[in-house]
Amino acid sequence: MTAPHATTQFFHTFDNPWIAIAAATGAMLGFITINALWLIWLERKVSARMQRRYGPTEVGPFGLLQTLADVVKLVGKELITPDHVHRPLYLIAPILAFAPLAALLSLLPIDADWVFHDFDITLVLLLAFSGLNVIAIFAAGWGSNNKYALLGAVRAVAQNISYEIPLLLAVLPIVLMTRSLSLHEIASAQSYPFILVQPLAFIIYFISATAETNRAPFDIPEAESELIAGFHTEYSGMRFGVFFLAEFTNMVIVCAVATLLFLGGWKGPLLPGFVWFFIKVYGLIAVMMVFRWTFPRLRFDQLMTFAWTILVPLALVNLLVTIVVLKL
Amino acid sequence: MMRPKSTMELVPGDDETYYLNMGPQHPSTHGVLRLRLHLEGERILGAEPVIGYGHRAHEKMAENRDYLQFLPNTSRIDYLSGMIYNLGYCQAIEKAMQIEVPERAEYIRVICAELNRLTSHLLWLGTYLLDLGGFTPFLYAFDDREKLLDILDSVTGSRLTYSYGRFGGVSMDVDDTFLRAAADYCTYFRKRIDEYHALVTHNIIFRHRTKGVGVMGPQLALDYGVSGPCLRAAGVARDLRKDEPYGIYDRFAFDIVTAEGGDCFARHMVRMGEMEQSLNIIEQAVGGIPDGPVLAAKVPKRIRPPAGEHYFAVESARGHFGMYLRSDGTDVPVRLKLRTPSFVHVATMPVVLPGTMLADTVAILGSIDIVIPEIDR
Repeated sequence: MTAPHATTQFFHTFDNPWIAIAAATGAMLGFITINALWLIWLERKVSARMQRRYGPTEVGPFGLLQTLADVVKLVGKELITPDHVHRPLYLIAPILAFAPLAALLSLLPIDADWVFHDFDITLVLLLAFSGLNVIAIFAAGWGSNNKYALLGAVRAVAQNISYEIPLLLAVLPIVLMTRSLSLHEIASAQSYPFILVQPLAFIIYFISATAETNRAPFDIPEAESELIAGFHTEYSGMRFGVFFLAEFTNMVIVCAVATLLFLGGWKGPLLPGFVWFFIKVYGLIAVMMVFRWTFPRLRFDQLMTFAWTILVPLALVNLLVTIVVLKL
Repeated sequence: MMRPKSTMELVPGDDETYYLNMGPQHPSTHGVLRLRLHLEGERILGAEPVIGYGHRAHEKMAENRDYLQFLPNTSRIDYLSGMIYNLGYCQAIEKAMQIEVPERAEYIRVICAELNRLTSHLLWLGTYLLDLGGFTPFLYAFDDREKLLDILDSVTGSRLTYSYGRFGGVSMDVDDTFLRAAADYCTYFRKRIDEYHALVTHNIIFRHRTKGVGVMGPQLALDYGVSGPCLRAAGVARDLRKDEPYGIYDRFAFDIVTAEGGDCFARHMVRMGEMEQSLNIIEQAVGGIPDGPVLAAKVPKRIRPPAGEHYFAVESARGHFGMYLRSDGTDVPVRLKLRTPSFVHVATMPVVLPGTMLADTVAILGSIDIVIPEIDR
């Protein structure tokens, strides 16, 4: 174990551990907010450029403050709770969607000695926590007591469960190669990026991750042309904003894991580690955005067929080949 | 002829089925159409279109004003191919009153109608991809459509509801700039069609979403009176511009585009092919346009079609648009029945939709290219 230095160092700068936790949480939430603001701006700019438009230009330089203005608008909106909803579920769902993701950010090693928590099984914890997202979506859909929302939630659950399997199967070869479940150790072990030896695993991981985050062409739970807005149809104002925030945080997390597992994490020449880390993460996110603005949406049953008949067998074969090669 | 069971007759029992109201306010019903879907999970058991939310009583309005006063209404029946409806109405009256239209006006009518058909098909392409979840093609198609609207705007003064036709010709002559712009657009758009094919037609997700979905076979199509691209996609080569040529369509060389299968993909291919054929027609018309007046000299001051029944039909962007007129010889029609294609097409939904998935509903509804004001009139 190499990483805990960072953690202990960080906590030792404060006398009181509670203050340390509060500082860490504050930093995390700040990062989430700024990250979401900048990602939404990036998304709008990427889509605009792909569609021969300018995107936001008015507020701030290059329209950078446009999202901030939108957030102010969202915060200012009335939070409408429709009469027919199941109140406890309806109210808890946005928090449930957001909280696990915020916790997960603390597990990501951003640089060689820059991580809040690191222990033996961060990867397992991360994958388990990202599974909680499904519960939040289902709570939102069920609690909304709306047919469109329920349909969206049912789709989301089926989709996320299906795609978690190829995702795990794509991660396993890396775990076998490094014999570690700690993100920090896996990243440290890469003298070359693992994508070079595990390209198939990377592709499967990335496709599954796109589906996990409900991004197009897998945005079936919130397919706006069929289901209005899917599971968050009944949410307004900042409650809707929180779902949005969760989506963008989730993107960062899955892309950060891809960076750590396949792209060598913070490693790179010349620039400091964390800069490389963020370059890689945002590069992957940009690819996801290009997906979104390029492809039409798959149909629900086609999506499931794709996961179970193509991705899962491929991932299994890849895993078997890895095991055989490692044993030779 | 199959008669679909009305969803109103189906009583929900203790089976695990439910009803979903799609519309009248829904992003994919292209306006105020309401579909009452009977679902089992995501599978559709029954569907019933409920129409009338955008009803404006055009037919009744026709009975309350003279023929020229009704002219602006015609572009508003189908606001996406308003020019074709507008000119079609003029042609109907001209046929009833036997007014001769000058050559130049006939050519201008063909050019404008085909440009309008292009705008309609382009809008369809964009919104169809939007229905399927692809946002980017929408803006490309609208960009191309915008150029066309500018061309039409330059001569008619409006972008959608043109009211350009007059009994005996058109309201304004076109200049060389207009003709050159139309010809240039044809050259430009031929390249664009290849791009659309590369990006849309050959996209694997698009093919998966449309192939074999929403099959409307030739028998079903003919039984219901389906017309236009939807009928041609079922393999029936029927196009009023060829079969019963009106205006001067018999002078131009163009093909009736057909496809096999009658599914959403076939309808896509037919419309893409039709855009190319429209370009052919426009190029020939621009090349052969003669000089001369654009309005007949001897048009009666008062439009009074002879007493009796008159019928005239044109091929709109969506299909067979027919006008049945009963006149008693006064300057107000006794009855003007408008036969619009979308009304017929949406009537096939109770047969076509059952058995498909919920996501297919938007794919099918989009592929038949419904325009709600045209259904409701």
